[in-house]
Amino acid sequence: MIAVALTIPDVVVYVVAALMIVVGALGVISFRNPVHCALSLIMTLFGVAIAFIEQEAQFLAAVEIIVYAGAIVILFLFVIMFLGVDRRDEVRVDPLVGQRAFAGVGVVITIAGIIFLMARSHWITGVPHVATGVATKGNNSNVQELGRAVFTTYLFAFEATAALLVIAVVGAVVLARRERASTLESSDA
Amino acid sequence: MSIPIAWYLVLAAVLFGIGAFGLLTKRSALIMFMCIELMLNAVNLTFVTFSRSFSDIGGQVTVFFVMVVAAAEVTVGLGIVVAVFRKRASTSVDELTELKD
Amino acid sequence: MAHVAVLIPLLPLVGFLILITMGNQIKEPTSGWIATSVVGASFIATVIAFVLLLHRHSREATVNLFSWIRVGNFHVHVALLLDPLSITMCLFVTGISALIHLYSIGYMHGEKDFNKFFIYLNLFVFSMLVLVLANSLLFTFVGWEGVGVCSYWLVSYYFEKPAAASAGKKAFIYNRVGDLGLLFAMFLLFHHTGSLTYLTIFSHTSSLSPTTATLVVLSLLLAAAGKSAQIPLFNWLPDAMEGPTPVSALIHAATMVTAGVYLLCRMGPVLALSSSGRLTIAIIGAATALVAATIATSQRDIKKVLAFSTVSQIGYMILAVGCGAYSAAIFLMVAHAFFKALLFLGSGSVIHSLNGEQDLHLMGGLRKYLPLTFPTFLIGWLTISGIPPFAGFWAKGDVLVNAFEYNKALWVVGLLTAVLTAYYMSRLFVLTFRGTERFRGITHDHDPHESPWVMTAPLVILAVLSVLGGVLGLPWIHVSSIEGFINPVFGALPALSHASTTVQWSLGIVDVIAAVFGLLAAFTLWRRTEPWPLYESSFLYHVWHWDDFYDATIGRPLTAFADFSSDVIEPDVIDGAVMGTAVSVRKSSEGLRKLQDGLVRHYAVAMVLGIAVIVLFLVGRVW
Repeated sequence: MIAVALTIPDVVVYVVAALMIVVGALGVISFRNPVHCALSLIMTLFGVAIAFIEQEAQFLAAVEIIVYAGAIVILFLFVIMFLGVDRRDEVRVDPLVGQRAFAGVGVVITIAGIIFLMARSHWITGVPHVATGVATKGNNSNVQELGRAVFTTYLFAFEATAALLVIAVVGAVVLARRERASTLESSDA
Repeated sequence: MSIPIAWYLVLAAVLFGIGAFGLLTKRSALIMFMCIELMLNAVNLTFVTFSRSFSDIGGQVTVFFVMVVAAAEVTVGLGIVVAVFRKRASTSVDELTELKD
Repeated sequence: MAHVAVLIPLLPLVGFLILITMGNQIKEPTSGWIATSVVGASFIATVIAFVLLLHRHSREATVNLFSWIRVGNFHVHVALLLDPLSITMCLFVTGISALIHLYSIGYMHGEKDFNKFFIYLNLFVFSMLVLVLANSLLFTFVGWEGVGVCSYWLVSYYFEKPAAASAGKKAFIYNRVGDLGLLFAMFLLFHHTGSLTYLTIFSHTSSLSPTTATLVVLSLLLAAAGKSAQIPLFNWLPDAMEGPTPVSALIHAATMVTAGVYLLCRMGPVLALSSSGRLTIAIIGAATALVAATIATSQRDIKKVLAFSTVSQIGYMILAVGCGAYSAAIFLMVAHAFFKALLFLGSGSVIHSLNGEQDLHLMGGLRKYLPLTFPTFLIGWLTISGIPPFAGFWAKGDVLVNAFEYNKALWVVGLLTAVLTAYYMSRLFVLTFRGTERFRGITHDHDPHESPWVMTAPLVILAVLSVLGGVLGLPWIHVSSIEGFINPVFGALPALSHASTTVQWSLGIVDVIAAVFGLLAAFTLWRRTEPWPLYESSFLYHVWHWDDFYDATIGRPLTAFADFSSDVIEPDVIDGAVMGTAVSVRKSSEGLRKLQDGLVRHYAVAMVLGIAVIVLFLVGRVW
């Protein structure tokens, strides 16, 4: 079950990352104040970044912090403040009957089942990683390797996401515009 | 480096589960969005783990794109939230039932 | 010879097509002459083909026209089979048809649908020729159906009369029941021999087990019973007298009704395999002959007497087939065609002269008014009664001799029938032509007039043929007799002990005695007017209540079932099922609609639960 050559620092790093992730996630779903939720989310994201570094995906760890924690969560906070929903979320009991029960059952079954399936397919006894690892293939750094892949093999996807970003920006502008005409909710996009 | 991939995969699964539970249970649209972000991160973690185990940079490339798309999605999604909920006082999704009929 | 043979069925078809496309421009009587001449030309072609066939060394030829069906191993060609049997049939079919076409020009004069009559008649001749000339059961079946449908059209020619319309339907439906037999026989034969062509079937008769052969024979008997009006499917023929008299003469005396006999004769090699089948055929034939003869003694309509007489005479032919005496059956068929057509056309002449009256009780004494009809009718009457030296004596005698050799009991039945035949025909003759004139109520002060030459000429020709027709089958002229000509077609005939000459002569004398006895009985009973009701039996008049029996056992239950179907099954079961499907779909969709409540979180839970199910399934597989 436990692979060879587990070193203490590795385990410690893993545990730290794991704790940050889980506690942060629980915090997101537990806090009443949306601002506190957002801050918990940041903690989770940091944990994920640590896990990325541990997995030799350094570039992605950086992107995670910059884009996710630095931009997306800020955007969340901005909207929270803008809409003024930083009040407490009132009701203790879910107005939808059985929602929590069904949700809980469903999620537990799904996750347990997935883990079981993973176990059954022998990943635990599998080799944790192949000898050289990804990042140092051919002595290139992670960034170089990633860049090479994005701009050659996955070039089309790259261009498509560029287009997607443009669309997203246009969409956001259109959505947030104040209507001068009579119709209110539906945008004229 | 030598952490078995199993540990990361379980971690990712748990994170995903928490995010899913939160998505189903919360009423506020913004919190639901944050839970979506949790799930996306779980997926990213899984991809990176497998990328390491198969020595294929494609996994990391995927994570790269996922992050881009997540950013775009949040942008547009929050735009919708703003547009819809500016007219109402609360952000509860239980009140959005116009698609019933 | 092939080209001549093709002309035989082709010419009437051409006539049909001309009349149907240009019918509106052609007036009576030109259309009648066109129809008559194509049939006449077909007769000439037949004669030429006959002569050519005589001089070939092999008296059998197949004329391939074109390939019709090619499905896997199943090949059917449209082809004609020329052999003595088919040529004989063609000869009298085309000959008598031509005469009747000529007759119809006079008889149908003044009818508003004059052209339509000849259109149907030409099509009928074409179909009959196809039936007779075909070289495969399937092609015969085409002709078989064709004559059935033409018969339907022609019987209900006066379709505005409800009786005529329903008679047409009755004819067609009874025919259809018989067709089941033919289809079933075709299925069996194809299954066991792999072909529907006559010659191929006959060369594979060894692959038919006795049971199969019996089944085939019985099915063919059913088909023949339907088409040739035998027990149990004979009731349609008397009703078919609603059609114009030429139709009755052609279709229901000379040609279509003989198709069943032809079919059985054609399938002789198959019949040879089943002795129980042949016995059944013989019994049915004899029984029909007797029953029909009894009924004919008490009919009031002149045409109905002749109709039942036809049924009875065909019974004789079927009896001959059952005995294995196919050539005797064909001989009687040819002779019967002559004298029955003569009798029908003669009766048509009588009816024509009395402005359409058909009731025997309202005729009488017509002898002096119909100088041509009377003597020809007399000849026909003597022929059918079996008086020598006319054709009927020889033909019927032939049948009875063979019946005597085959089964004495059936011979007795045949003899009784002969007595009755002489009796009822004489009764008809006396009531129509002799005695007091009872028709003054119809014709008022006009005298009945003789028919025009187009009608009497055929009568004369047919009378001559009835006189001379016996030559075809005289027992001491074997070389050119019909028996010698036709027998080779039937392959190995079932062992028939040929009667010695003494026996033949004795039976011949017995036949004459029987005929004279019947004749005298009729003359004695019917000379005066008063004792009539006593000598006509109501039971016999009502056809042994056969129609009522069918009505009670088949007609009413089926009608009741049909009513039940339309009142109960249709609205509740069928509609119910269809509507029920719609209703249940609607109800279930209304129920399912409640799931769409517009709440995002419900949808999300549904999705997650769905994923959970899939995961559980996968877990279960791997467990």
